[in-house]
Amino acid sequence: MIRVERLTKYYGTNVGVRNLDFGVEKGEILGFLGPNGAGKTTTMKMLTCYLPPTSGTAKIFGHDIIEESMEVRRLIGYLPERNPLYGDMPVRGYLEFAADLKGVPVSRRRAEVDSAIERCGLEAVPRRTISKLSKGYQQRVGIAQAILNDPALLILDEPTLGLDPKQIIEIRRLIQSLGGEKTVILSSHILPEVSQVCNRVIIINRGELVAVDTPDNLRARLMKSSRLRVKVRDDAASDRAAAIVSGVAGVLLAREEPAADGVRSLTIECASDRDAREEIVRALVSAGVPLLELRAEELSLEDIFLQLVTEEVG
Amino acid sequence: MRTIAAIYRKEIRYYFHSLTAYVMIGVFLALAGYFFYSIFRYYNYLSFQAAREPYLAGQLNLIDGVMRPLMGNVSVVLLFALPLLTMRLLAEEKRQGTFELLLTYPVSDLAAIAGKYLAALTVFAVMLAGTLLYPILLAIYSSPEPGPIVTGYVGLFLMGCTFISMGIFFSSLTSSQIVAGVATFALSLFFLVIGWAAPFAGPTLSKVIAQFSLLEHYDSFGKGLIEAQDVTYYVFLTGFFLFATLRSLESTHWRS
Repeated sequence: MIRVERLTKYYGTNVGVRNLDFGVEKGEILGFLGPNGAGKTTTMKMLTCYLPPTSGTAKIFGHDIIEESMEVRRLIGYLPERNPLYGDMPVRGYLEFAADLKGVPVSRRRAEVDSAIERCGLEAVPRRTISKLSKGYQQRVGIAQAILNDPALLILDEPTLGLDPKQIIEIRRLIQSLGGEKTVILSSHILPEVSQVCNRVIIINRGELVAVDTPDNLRARLMKSSRLRVKVRDDAASDRAAAIVSGVAGVLLAREEPAADGVRSLTIECASDRDAREEIVRALVSAGVPLLELRAEELSLEDIFLQLVTEEVG
Repeated sequence: MRTIAAIYRKEIRYYFHSLTAYVMIGVFLALAGYFFYSIFRYYNYLSFQAAREPYLAGQLNLIDGVMRPLMGNVSVVLLFALPLLTMRLLAEEKRQGTFELLLTYPVSDLAAIAGKYLAALTVFAVMLAGTLLYPILLAIYSSPEPGPIVTGYVGLFLMGCTFISMGIFFSSLTSSQIVAGVATFALSLFFLVIGWAAPFAGPTLSKVIAQFSLLEHYDSFGKGLIEAQDVTYYVFLTGFFLFATLRSLESTHWRS
């Protein structure tokens, strides 16, 4: 269990993060979402005891990050942003080095390194020099290093940064396979990634917490307006379609997009407290507009993110 | 202890896998060999002269004629070589970002510094041990006094310890190897030549300045004496810079 209490970090007079409060339950995969410079990395650096907070604190499985730094460091596995590795070392040698530093007993070192190699799919390359590996493999080495000595909490800063799509999918799978037994905190600015991998999402912007919830709840909570898409056949009667829809009670905005292939599309924003679909259909049909399709559009996490973040700025 | 050993092994591995150690040791020994050759040739020349002048013959001995000048030259080569050995120790980790990972492992700052310091010290010890060839050659063909040779090496080793501690300190301050190396070289040189200012300073100040000088404190080692004040000087200076390194590492936790 991780409790973060009023965690604040100032860089001089610049805010790194301010008054962060959140908790993470055991076995959860928590996603940290925010634009670049929002304070994701700063928060992670504080949780790993690299940077001390200006004020506030966090407790990692009961250990305070300031008072009991050594205990905390024994409990975590960390993959820093940009995945720094000793390029001149072979994979196995590096993992053995990391195991020594993490205090894996000598008798268990071999087994521990073997299991990390296996879990991260590095069986093909244990003797290769790290700098000669592909980016995807290097990322696996970084994660292998983090999961050594079976840490209860994994902190992964942008684990898929700079990888190609195939590698991204592999790394995501790897992270998902780690969830459940381990608690994972990962940061990302790629939204679909977070919604796919994480149980819960924290959105921060400009160092402040904007929202904490499950991806589904965020979606539901933020549908202040629901969006509909309507398609009509492009003929004389449909010229007035946008005007007709705008006249229906509960419709906030109807925007017509250019016709293509004899079909016109309308994007309609409705007030979320009132379902206007029935009335829209009735109004269009009675005006003789040839209605082809009406569909409620789900807000993607991306929209939510933008909405939250831009509101905060506004 | 295990973490110190792990970091030590990693650094030693780097030195010997990246050719750094071989190049350093090779160049160092080549230079030392050249110095030995030229000093010995000169000594040889003096010996022939001494055959005709009995007064000069009484003055000549292998310690003052060969070993002391040789060790003096070796200390100057160390002044150039050791900053090259130490400059990457922490600066490179900072540049690559591995430093951050290192500090988030359950490793004390002291263990990290100790492992790195001892690794550099080991390479230095190998370098210095290579020059033992020359006193051995002298001992085969002649009979130099062993005492001053032993103390001279103790002195050189202590001086090297001090240079390395300065090196690791500057390496902890920056992420640029060049900056770390140049700063180490400058400070080492400063400590070496600060004694030159002593004759021109006031009576009290000149004593103080002389006490700071690396050379002043090396002198008695070369003559075959191990004096407490000289050992204390080197040990204190080394300890001071290692302590400063420790503080500097700690401050990276606090500075952003």
